[in-house]
Amino acid sequence: MQTELNNRLEGQSFYNVAGFGALISLLGLGAALYMEHNGHHVTGMNNQVFWGLPHVFAIFLIVAASGVLNVASIGTVFGKKVYKPRGPLSGLLAITMLAAGLFVIMLDLGRADRLVIAMTHVNWTSVFGWNMVLYPVFFGLVGLYIWMLMERKMYAYSKTVGVAAFIWRLVMTTGTGSIFGFVVARQAYHSAVIAPMFIIMSFAWGLAVFLIVQRMMFGWNNLELNEQIRRRMNNLLGTFIAAVLYFVVVYHLTNIYYAKQLEFEQFILLNGGVFPKLFWGGFVVLGTILPLLLLYVPSFQRIQGSGIIASVLTIIGGLCFLYVFIIGGQAYPLDMFPGMEVKSSFFDGHIDNYVPSMPEILLSIGGFGVALTITVIAVRVLPFLPQDDIAKLQASGALHD
Amino acid sequence: MNQPQDKSRRSFVGTAAIAGAGLGTLALAPGLQLIQVSEANTPTAGASSKVRWGMLIDTTKCASGCDACVKACATENGINETVKDPRQGSQWIRKIDLKNPKTGQEHSLPMLCQHCANPPCVDVCPTGASMKRADGIVLVDRHICIGCRYCMLACPYKARSLVHMPLTEQNPEVPRGQGCVESCTFCVQRVDKGLKPACIEACPEGAMLFGDLNDPNSAIAQRVAKEKTTQVRGDLQLNLGVRYQGI
Repeated sequence: MQTELNNRLEGQSFYNVAGFGALISLLGLGAALYMEHNGHHVTGMNNQVFWGLPHVFAIFLIVAASGVLNVASIGTVFGKKVYKPRGPLSGLLAITMLAAGLFVIMLDLGRADRLVIAMTHVNWTSVFGWNMVLYPVFFGLVGLYIWMLMERKMYAYSKTVGVAAFIWRLVMTTGTGSIFGFVVARQAYHSAVIAPMFIIMSFAWGLAVFLIVQRMMFGWNNLELNEQIRRRMNNLLGTFIAAVLYFVVVYHLTNIYYAKQLEFEQFILLNGGVFPKLFWGGFVVLGTILPLLLLYVPSFQRIQGSGIIASVLTIIGGLCFLYVFIIGGQAYPLDMFPGMEVKSSFFDGHIDNYVPSMPEILLSIGGFGVALTITVIAVRVLPFLPQDDIAKLQASGALHD
Repeated sequence: MNQPQDKSRRSFVGTAAIAGAGLGTLALAPGLQLIQVSEANTPTAGASSKVRWGMLIDTTKCASGCDACVKACATENGINETVKDPRQGSQWIRKIDLKNPKTGQEHSLPMLCQHCANPPCVDVCPTGASMKRADGIVLVDRHICIGCRYCMLACPYKARSLVHMPLTEQNPEVPRGQGCVESCTFCVQRVDKGLKPACIEACPEGAMLFGDLNDPNSAIAQRVAKEKTTQVRGDLQLNLGVRYQGI
């Protein structure tokens, strides 16, 4: 039965999807080679906004990679039976999305050819340095975890490895948040709330990605997700979206409370051009309020595919948030001389008007292409499709526990 | 079957290695040994932690519109590339004009790497390419910089630049590289020869003073001890090597 279901993604549809993913990935790779050959002057990045669109996409993928593993953790670590069949797919997405995020961030390096140096010369006071351990161990642990989940003989060890992977993913996202949280120089960063905020964001973004992929896989096999399971997972997504909003409110309120940060907050939230638009329109309305309506208000719930629309909007909202957070945080000038009007040949005191160039856009989207390609190939060769024994779940009461 | 041959090969390799090592210590020519050849390429004395190089900038003498220090830096360090977008060009030192909107008071000052005693760029650099010498000069090792720009995010002074384009006609003493991050080096190539940084020598007003902050007899240490100086973003307590007067 299992083989039969998974074989549905054979033939033309498999090659179409894998080919599309590979094409997007190759365009990203080509864009990176072009940037590497010509230098970063072909990008919209500069010496004020030096982390651009690729960083927005890479960090989204890396954060969501950690969060998507949550689905497996809920099954293995917290014993929720409904989530258990979803463990392998959750692990697979964690690996492919982390690989995709690293693809983007590594290829955007000024010296992408020095990857080996990054792995052999590690400065342990750097959060990026920690990543040289955090990412490989994550890959290893999740790979082991998938094996334990898929191999009947090893299943007994899945909880131990699952707990280790769960703890590791929390550490990893704490690290990602701390990339910014430890930066004392800038108004947008240097806050203890950023690491936990990134963790809760990973929950929401990861689950949103999982729900979309699960829907695609069920669609390929002409299956319908059980209504109760769908509702449960949608409820969980709604809870995470609301929690993200809470953390974002706390993050901004903390900044607003400090008088010296007030001008920056006005810039990001009110008068900073594209940034307030993306924050309110993209993150708050599209990425938070609309998904919450779709997930919780009965008239919205009745819309066909409301959960999937909510998931897509959550991802769009996440990307908008990161754009405002990462690029807005750099576009606003450093406040070296409080209360003074500042000008220089290096654009001190100026708000930067970063516009991403085509190579950056292609590299950024290339990350999604990499994740898609690896995922599609993996689900073709191994049985990652979640298969629910509804009768058994119903009998044991696990559908509602 | 091959064992005896292997044994003889191993013993040959072993003997050759010992002989080679021995030869290394033997004279290549009367009075010249391999070890001496190798030592000839290493500096005799490294940077000393007894020294803390620093700079004092008197903004009351620094004229708005004068960029002699900026030009001297560019000439000395071979910063000569042309970029279409000036935001993508390297600026190791730049002139900043300040105006207090309440009082109308104006200042002009050069801004450069502040050579912090606790440099955030060094903390965050993943490979250790950003480093602080024993004498307090903060540098980037061009051989291991991967161009991640995390140091640029961490620097409170916008003192670092990424090289956005291919470079030509470089100063051999100041290697630079596309895709690497760079910043003011206090003209380390000059300081190590007992000279002063190029900007100091170029300043027509004598507004910039360079010296050893650790030496109580140095002019800079005496002025820092007696006169009021400011560390930019002193709230961060980074213990800067560059101090300002008059702001």
